[in-house]
Amino acid sequence: MRVAIVGAGSVGRAVLAQAPRRGHKVVAVADSRGAAVDPTGLDAAQVLAEKEASGQVGAAEADALFDAPYDVLVEATPTTLGSAEPAFEHIQRALGADRDVVLANKGPVAERYADLRALVDRSAGRVRFEATVAGAIPVMATIAAYGPTEVTGVRGVLNGTANFILSRMAAESLAYDHVLAEAQELGVAEADPSFDVEGTDAALKCVILANVLSDDDQVYQLADAAITGIDAIPTSAHQAARDAGMTIRLIGEVGRDGVRVGPRLLATDDPLAVTGTENIVRLEIADAGPMHLAGRGAGGPETAAAVLADIDRLDT
Amino acid sequence: MADADVQAYTIRLELADEPGQLLAALEPIADAGGNLLSIFHERGNITPRGRIPVVVDLECPPERFPPLVDRVRAAGVNIVEAGADRLAETVRILITGPGVAADLDEIVETAHAGAAWTLIGMEVRTPSGPEAAATVVLELIVPDGDLVGVRRALATGLPDSAVIVEPLEVGDS
Repeated sequence: MRVAIVGAGSVGRAVLAQAPRRGHKVVAVADSRGAAVDPTGLDAAQVLAEKEASGQVGAAEADALFDAPYDVLVEATPTTLGSAEPAFEHIQRALGADRDVVLANKGPVAERYADLRALVDRSAGRVRFEATVAGAIPVMATIAAYGPTEVTGVRGVLNGTANFILSRMAAESLAYDHVLAEAQELGVAEADPSFDVEGTDAALKCVILANVLSDDDQVYQLADAAITGIDAIPTSAHQAARDAGMTIRLIGEVGRDGVRVGPRLLATDDPLAVTGTENIVRLEIADAGPMHLAGRGAGGPETAAAVLADIDRLDT
Repeated sequence: MADADVQAYTIRLELADEPGQLLAALEPIADAGGNLLSIFHERGNITPRGRIPVVVDLECPPERFPPLVDRVRAAGVNIVEAGADRLAETVRILITGPGVAADLDEIVETAHAGAAWTLIGMEVRTPSGPEAAATVVLELIVPDGDLVGVRRALATGLPDSAVIVEPLEVGDS
């Protein structure tokens, strides 16, 4: 397929780099400042070098991307809440022109699911969003394999930053501030880690899952999630857990009681008690019972792998 | 007794606040061949009818349990509940957060006042340093395994800054 990528952060750049090996041609890339367009296919190395050198992917107007002859738009701009702009407008333009869309951006699926479905209904284009939940882990594909009505619940560790901090505090009895600083040095936590440690990121992913699994067409948004973060859990709590043979992890849940993200006590041998930045999802499937999917939930190349898997699925 | 021959049971009693009541409850248990594992008895925790709840964990061969219960009743002790499956409903819940030390009274009161659970243990874990926070560990028997209801009731009684950390399911503890 011919791919247009909007957003040249770590995910967008990784899609650009991986696409040729996966048999797809990138015809346009845009960041906030400009665009690079070539209907015959861009030279990934050249575009990446240009971005590195000048801070933008190309000299053309960013808008020029939408005039390029693309089949599928990859939306990889930073996730925004509420109106989910400018991502929603990008999707609107692509679907308005009957093109397909693959999302890495969580905003539209979490905050404007009903509006998104309305756009899809009016368009010949299709939308996929595997990359929005648990990075490379094929949660959406597994749900689709059985059918959303067969999946009665989901629980999991969906944020690697929070999990890294909790598992380090549990293992070494270190203070929160110490482990957070360690995480920031390793690039596992941002300078402003609130999105991750307050549980917002995990909640967005759970809201997306709730929208997909909802069988009465109920639509969820971030505001519907009950969220408790990890920034107020002291070492005394980790020690108390350890003495009881348990451990604390930030768990996102989607089920009968809605969407909930919060720190929970797990047995130390519970499969959900992953360590480091790993993610894991437990699906409850009607006849198959509990099923675990684990792997890397974040990172440019990892998320891009999921984007390209979606492009492959559209390429029928 | 060999492990394979015994079963663990929990008996919930309500004792009158009179001397000798606890002994009157425990003697028949021992006489009937029950092996006491733990007793949670807190005189400060009075039921609406002015009685003192006591939770006894014991071990005995399954066939000895019904006559044991009868003996305790015959000694005039009020048994609220007796059975083997209660232990499976024991959960540990942590209450933590910056305000734990300051709000300890409120936490203790909420933990004792629950209608949706029976409190069988409480522990306060002191913070590791001057800036750090404490953690309260509650051990509860939760009927019907309704952790969601317990959490909701706890959250209503506790200060907003309290962080409740409970297991995913009752069987996890």
